[in-house]
Amino acid sequence: MLKVNVYVTLKKEILDAQGLVIRKAIKQIGYENVNEVRFGKFIQLEIDDKNKSEEEIKKEIDYLSDKLLSNPNIENYRFEMVGK
Amino acid sequence: MLDVEKEYIKLGLKENEFEKIKGFLKRNPNYLELSIYSVMWSEHCSYKSSRPLLKNFKTTGTYVLQGPGENAGILDIGDNQAIVFKMESHNHPSAVEPYQGAATGIGGIIRDIFAMGARPICSLNSLRFGKIESSQHQKYLFEMVVKGIGDYGNCMGIPTIGGEVYFDKTYEGNCLVNAMSVGIAQQDRLMKSKAFGTGNQLVLMGSSTGRDGIHGATFASDELNEKSEARRPSVQVGDPFMEKVLLEVCLELIEKKLILGLQDMGAAGITSSSVEMASKGNVGLDIDVAKVPLREPSMVPYEIMISESQERMLALIEPSKFAEIKNICNEWNINCEAIGTVTDNGLYRIFKGRELLGEIPVKTLTDEAPVYHHEYEKPKYLQNISDDILQEEDYKKIEKKYSHNEIFKRMIASPNICSKKWVWEQYDHMVQTNTAVLPGHDSSVIRIKNTKKAIAFSCDGNGRYCYLDPFRGALIAVAETSRNLACSGALPIGLTDCLNFGMPEKPGIFWQFKNAIDGIINACETLDIPVISGNVSFYNESFGKAIHPTPVIATAGLIKDVDKIIDSAFKDENDDIVLIGRKINNESVNDNMGGSEFLEVFFEKVSGKCPDIDIEYEKRLQRLCLDLIDGRFIKSAHDVSSGGLAVTIAESCIYGKMGAEINASLLGNNFLKTFYSEPQSQILISCQPENLEKIEKYCIEAKIPFEKIGKVKGTFISINSEIKIGISEITKIFDNNIEKIMTH
Amino acid sequence: MSFDKKPYFGILVFPGTNCETDCFHVLKNILGARCKYVWHKESQVEDINAIVIPGGFSYGDYLRSGAVAKFSPIMSFVRKFASKGGLVIGICNGFQILLEESLLPGAMLRNNTLKFICRYSHLKVTDTDNPFTSGYKSGEIIRMPIRHNEGNYYIDDNGLLEIKENNQVILKYCDSSGKEDASSNPNGSIENIAGICNKKRNIFGLMPHPEACCEKILGSDDGKTIFESMVNNII
Repeated sequence: MLKVNVYVTLKKEILDAQGLVIRKAIKQIGYENVNEVRFGKFIQLEIDDKNKSEEEIKKEIDYLSDKLLSNPNIENYRFEMVGK
Repeated sequence: MLDVEKEYIKLGLKENEFEKIKGFLKRNPNYLELSIYSVMWSEHCSYKSSRPLLKNFKTTGTYVLQGPGENAGILDIGDNQAIVFKMESHNHPSAVEPYQGAATGIGGIIRDIFAMGARPICSLNSLRFGKIESSQHQKYLFEMVVKGIGDYGNCMGIPTIGGEVYFDKTYEGNCLVNAMSVGIAQQDRLMKSKAFGTGNQLVLMGSSTGRDGIHGATFASDELNEKSEARRPSVQVGDPFMEKVLLEVCLELIEKKLILGLQDMGAAGITSSSVEMASKGNVGLDIDVAKVPLREPSMVPYEIMISESQERMLALIEPSKFAEIKNICNEWNINCEAIGTVTDNGLYRIFKGRELLGEIPVKTLTDEAPVYHHEYEKPKYLQNISDDILQEEDYKKIEKKYSHNEIFKRMIASPNICSKKWVWEQYDHMVQTNTAVLPGHDSSVIRIKNTKKAIAFSCDGNGRYCYLDPFRGALIAVAETSRNLACSGALPIGLTDCLNFGMPEKPGIFWQFKNAIDGIINACETLDIPVISGNVSFYNESFGKAIHPTPVIATAGLIKDVDKIIDSAFKDENDDIVLIGRKINNESVNDNMGGSEFLEVFFEKVSGKCPDIDIEYEKRLQRLCLDLIDGRFIKSAHDVSSGGLAVTIAESCIYGKMGAEINASLLGNNFLKTFYSEPQSQILISCQPENLEKIEKYCIEAKIPFEKIGKVKGTFISINSEIKIGISEITKIFDNNIEKIMTH
Repeated sequence: MSFDKKPYFGILVFPGTNCETDCFHVLKNILGARCKYVWHKESQVEDINAIVIPGGFSYGDYLRSGAVAKFSPIMSFVRKFASKGGLVIGICNGFQILLEESLLPGAMLRNNTLKFICRYSHLKVTDTDNPFTSGYKSGEIIRMPIRHNEGNYYIDDNGLLEIKENNQVILKYCDSSGKEDASSNPNGSIENIAGICNKKRNIFGLMPHPEACCEKILGSDDGKTIFESMVNNII
């Protein structure tokens, strides 16, 4: 089993309403130094990597992230393999 | 090996109860058996403190097909159609985890409805929080509860069409979340939950079983304190998408006549649902825990048996139908396993594969569960409270401090009075396209497609009145829901209740409970409204202090002709405004300011006498209102309640976007008393001037006082020349105040 | 038109769809059209003249509204059907699915209020030269309920320019006088956009629920014209 973390966030140019609310709340608590908050999704996959090369797996995750886990019109994604 | 002698206390059983169990089994129970007893004998499942009193409810009547005892009650609405409904509390889980607590409360009550074979058509809810103006935590609870209800109901595609929200200090440590769901069914497709037929199987459908809410039923039967926060893992998590799928599957199975009985899995999970089915059918059951699909494979049998994982149902089937049922479940991608078999030995036996893990006579878990007849005594706080009333100089003081316009605006701005739009706009209240009267009016109305019929609902419960006088307070709650229905033209045909009280072991609390029950019984007898389902929630206390006794009543009314529905909004310029039901000379006995919103807003206290009510008189008033609507003599009707006559007038103006010129005779020459006291049995109506005479005749005949108090006019509300304020200004305060508080 | 030649609507049903019966009721009982439900696992539907993708929460909308539904077998049929010019209307969640499937341009963000919104909204019909709103007067102000969590329409600058140039914007949020501004924008949608069509004008997506306002008893029957327009354009 291979563990993969996928992170999905709104693109820079898109208004991140949730992020703004969180930033406001942080300031209210008194942490004035937090300037920007981006809200996103964290998706953890456990993948059966028997008989597959790392390249093949990366391709699969790329495909999934692009087609399903994120909407390329508004979101960016990145992923990291975090080990077995 | 665990020492069960020490474990029973941790599981919430009392010593005498443990002795009773040993007597039944003629041996020591093992831990699994003990767990099963503890959940089945919890207050939540057994109603051991309330059962003897609830027996006295009127539960039969012209329209009743099923009274209390099933997953929900059923009323006959003609044309082979039935409506099914019930209200249930989810107070404790919501106090600890408001979002999930509220969401799973909705999920649970919806399952109760489709367990009866009905398609859910609407939900309502009754909520109580501490004051949101002064506490971030209360805001948080309110915000998350509303979101939890909305997210669940919206996803299910069931409109949340109404309800009520009140804020009062008394609920600061213990909010109330009472949820009601209503379904409609063909009478010949109704389901029961009774197990029967040796060899028939019990099939578990829906979510996998995890460790959610282990000992949730015992949690609900305990007071909240600092330890409750630490018990968060007990709170279950809801999955509305799964429930939507489960709903469609169950209705399809019923439609195809594949199942013989259906039961929702709520508190105490597999245990309580299967035991109840067995007990109702007087049969035995063998359950195999190895067949239960698990989310966490390491779960031990007792955890599997009492897990409260949500979105699961139990169906009774003939074994030959299993394959077809499994196919349908596969099509929708949900679990479906036969986990139990009906036997004829009256025993509840738990197996893991072939290994017998526990064996309990079914009836000892249900009919022979302990019953408590608690002591009761009139609580001490009531000794002087009714003498603590407003004196003439108190009124003068207020009038000196504020202008009448300011007093009026303050009343309208009170979160208990102003619009709850902020709440219902987060609920999909229109899906299924039947909502004929949108939220905000006296009652919410659902039309029945392809008929002329509609069903109206109203929900009410005034904790302050009940605190001052639980008998009269509860009676008023029933009367007010029924009056609200009358105001839309609906004849009340049945009700459900949620009785929220403190610890029943305290004699003062049990006195409140007993009196409230008597009040409901009294109102139901006179108004001829049966109780068809309901729920009791005790232990609503925090740090030893109980909430105000809060029996919440939700009543259903039948409308025969949708074209005759009216609401509370003024309709046309120059219409006459008439107050019916006001007894001018009665105010010396009771100032009707006791427990009022006015007293709370300006004096921050709950005291005085609960308003009077003559239930026979009330009945005549409601009958009169229905007759006036049926004859199409009136264009709007609005019940006078919280906040008094001034607030009632304001609401009819705001909803109608029209002004009014009011000139009503004063009670005891006191403006504030006249317009802010809360006397019962009054309805504000509006009509075309041509109908005034006819209406008066009806009133005389019904021996109900009649007073024309003004006209619908212009863009200002003007009341006895003391209040004068533009509709747009007052509407802004009314519509936006909660949002303003919440975003502050 | 002979009786059995009435227009025939296919109403798609995904797990979690919850407005399919509302659409069915309007089409059959109010418009007298024929209609049937089409399960998401089907890959071929015979005889239908138009497809309705109704509202709801397909697959719970747990990932993103409409994100999972686009992988259903029926969606490749929808694509084929639309490419041949068949009429497709996506309402609310249906609109979100059409966006996810790229049958319409742009994407949906969460409402800028961060709350589910259920209420009547005024809308301006900004285009009537299409089979869905041809029954309205151009510029007409109508009232329809909106009921969504993610109705904040987004499209990048180039895309916006393009849909405006091609008159693809069909409905816009406004107030009762027709003013389109921030205060009449319920969810933050770019330029108050509430409904758009594709370039070929046979695919229409909108956030408001026309099927919920086709009878006076529900407070408005302004939505009926959309379905009537479709019926008239099928013949």
